[in-house]
Amino acid sequence: MVEIVLESSGLTMRFGGVVANDNVNLKLQARELRCLIGPNGAGKSTFFKCVAGLLTPSEGQIFMRGQEVTGWRPHQIASLGVGIKTQTPNVMDGLSVRENIWMAARRFHSAVEARERGDAMIDRLALGAIAKTDLGQLAHGERQLVELGLVAVGDPWLVLLDEPAAGMSAEDVARMTEIIHELTRTAAVVVVEHDMQFIRSIAETVTVFHQGAVLMEDHVDRVMADQTVRNVYLGKKA
Amino acid sequence: MQTPVSKDILTTLVVSAILIWLAPYVIGTYTLTVLIIYGMLGLSLGLIWGFGGILCFGQGAFFGLGAYTYAIAAINFGESTLPMVLAVLVPATFALLLGAMMFYGRLTDVYLGVITLVVTLILFKFINSTAGPQYVIGKARLGGYNGIPGFQTLNVPGNPDAYIWGDAYYYFCAVALVIVFLLVTFLLRSSFGRIAVGIRENEVRIALMGYDVAARKTVLFGIGAAIAGLAGALFANWGEIVTPTLFNMPQSAEIIIWCIVGGLGTRLGPILGAAGLAYMKFLLGQQSTIDNTLITGLILVLFVLFLPKGVVPAFSGLWKISFGRRGFGKMHDTRRKRRARHG
Amino acid sequence: MDLSFVFLVEVLYAVATLVVISAGLAVVFGMMKVINLAHGEFMMMGGYATITAVNLGVNVFVAMLVIAPLVVGLIGLVVERLVIRHLYGRLVDTMLATWGLSLFFVGMATMIFGNTTTGISTPIPGFAVGDYQINGYNFFIIVVAVALLVLLFAVLRGTRAGLIARGAMQRSDMAAALGYSPDRIYMATFFCGSALSGLAGAIVAPLVGLVPTSGINYIAKSFITVVAGGPSLIAGLVSSATSFGVVNQVFAFAVSPIMGDVALLVTAVILLRLMPQGITSRFFKGKL
Repeated sequence: MVEIVLESSGLTMRFGGVVANDNVNLKLQARELRCLIGPNGAGKSTFFKCVAGLLTPSEGQIFMRGQEVTGWRPHQIASLGVGIKTQTPNVMDGLSVRENIWMAARRFHSAVEARERGDAMIDRLALGAIAKTDLGQLAHGERQLVELGLVAVGDPWLVLLDEPAAGMSAEDVARMTEIIHELTRTAAVVVVEHDMQFIRSIAETVTVFHQGAVLMEDHVDRVMADQTVRNVYLGKKA
Repeated sequence: MQTPVSKDILTTLVVSAILIWLAPYVIGTYTLTVLIIYGMLGLSLGLIWGFGGILCFGQGAFFGLGAYTYAIAAINFGESTLPMVLAVLVPATFALLLGAMMFYGRLTDVYLGVITLVVTLILFKFINSTAGPQYVIGKARLGGYNGIPGFQTLNVPGNPDAYIWGDAYYYFCAVALVIVFLLVTFLLRSSFGRIAVGIRENEVRIALMGYDVAARKTVLFGIGAAIAGLAGALFANWGEIVTPTLFNMPQSAEIIIWCIVGGLGTRLGPILGAAGLAYMKFLLGQQSTIDNTLITGLILVLFVLFLPKGVVPAFSGLWKISFGRRGFGKMHDTRRKRRARHG
Repeated sequence: MDLSFVFLVEVLYAVATLVVISAGLAVVFGMMKVINLAHGEFMMMGGYATITAVNLGVNVFVAMLVIAPLVVGLIGLVVERLVIRHLYGRLVDTMLATWGLSLFFVGMATMIFGNTTTGISTPIPGFAVGDYQINGYNFFIIVVAVALLVLLFAVLRGTRAGLIARGAMQRSDMAAALGYSPDRIYMATFFCGSALSGLAGAIVAPLVGLVPTSGINYIAKSFITVVAGGPSLIAGLVSSATSFGVVNQVFAFAVSPIMGDVALLVTAVILLRLMPQGITSRFFKGKL
């Protein structure tokens, strides 16, 4: 029996009259890599925010490693060992790369150990040259990478990434892909993504959102080949 | 990564010892004492606003609360040691309760401003209305707008007849400020302090890392209030009377101005801003051509418009440009540290 | 019977006062998201403008309803051009700068008028209801408050300027995209807001002795009325002025006027704790 690390049951989110998520049931196994895709407004980001604790769902429940976490606040969820990266780079612009990563590591380790782990993470991301630079002065791709480092340095067992590849160069995307694969050795990873190219390169199982509900859930190749999916989502591009 | 703690302490001690020794040759110790007290009050807001990003419009409330707590306790106990402790604890407790209410309610910026301002006004109005004889705490009459005079002033602990006053009181306050300054330095170098700066930079990110932002802000708010309370108690001893004007809006406004002018995100800025502006006000008070308030207001407007970072960061920026090349390694280190502080 | 009538008038009067003293701030905050902490001093200047005009022989109503708003409106215009304009979008900085302005104006008024109390008598006589004496001027304030609200509503609903203003309130970038210069909209708004502050100051001037520091008595009340009201201009103003006015008068009647003020402030704190974005973020959503 494989451990279920994340489960949503009957998750529904309404904003006034708009139903952003409608009865979403989703299960994620340990060390699984799952991509959530769907056209704009399909509800994948809302789902992401509910899971991350940034929104409280109107109905339904969320479980992490069997524990109910519905309505928990983001810091409580993160404290469980969940790494979260929001859509826009959410970093501390006035602080250096090293200070940023140190803060993330400090949550789970002593100050000294946090520094060692932070330095190791900087090496792993090959950010040594800019370790002392303030985040505000870095390029978009570098900031995304640093944020991924913030997430990874806490040794999470569940990682939630909202559009990690958005606006990045091909080179950065390659590095990002590598890191995500590395993460899946120890953690289950949920990636909300637009970029089909990127999804093809990393995905195994894909969940397709459409009009707030789950339309389909299958291996990436079969999803890509599916006619309904093509109609709602890919149809525009094909 | 940072300059060694010991070196920082040594510098602080040497510089402040020289200043404490030399200053009385320039300004009278009576005036100096109040400048030091204001410096401490400035530091209290500089800590929570400059490093924690919490803009409190009512720092004067904690100052006043500290002063009143001291006065009331001193009348009741007839000795100053316990009242001094209470003057720190009462405002801190009050701030913890108020802070918990605000920060767990996820109030930000404007709304935080409104609540702190309103709470200050409540205290002001309440204290102002307590002129009647029915408002008594123990042996102390609150006295309404007349304030509370005639309480036991600072004495050597355990010996109520050995007063600390005059020049001795000046040295006492100066040492107190140095100690508070060092404590603030330690706090800012600790993990708690560094994460507080992180909260100022990006609250959401810190929460997503798993830190309880509301709890941390509440604690920082409480620490700020404790320092303000201590300053209040020292002020009560200096003035030998406490009046509701301590809670007044202009008092809170002034603290904010000190921080802006001195420079946010520095430890020294608010202290220098407070002492400098208070001294300027003192000098201006001796003339009557131009109104004092007008100048204070003008300074605030001009600083917000033209030098929003304040004097100390601007000056150290200038220093950096002029002397940055010499001893590059060392300068680089302090520059990095400074940037880490105020972004 | 007489007592309840008097009480009702007092409550209405308290609500009306809050509406009058908050309208200027509400317009500026609602449209520009600028908190003008010099609002109280704008009122103070409105008061001085009225008193000066009356002393020069102008009819008191002309002084209150025309001269004071014009004078303060013009001062507001200068302030907007010199200071506020540079700080749009920086909420905290505008608060600080306008706080500085408020001190500046207090100092200015002290230098010109001296630190003494001046005043004019109320132009409307009082009358008796049974055993109680009612200040006739209270009715005037109620009438002004109602007229002000109707006028605001009519302008926002019925005129082209109001339409643009409503658009700018929702999305200032949209108004710009449609070819209306936000700069000029803001300028006009600040003028109107300041004029309303001046009007308010003029109207309350006969009720109180005026000193240069009078503004401080109003800023907090109007500030919390506006912020507690929330995003909708008129609905917010009316709903929060009503809640605060009623609380204030009930406690003032039951305990003491000071406790009325304290109760008002405590209510504000609780309200904001429950509804951090103001009353109209929860109720009357999307109304004017």
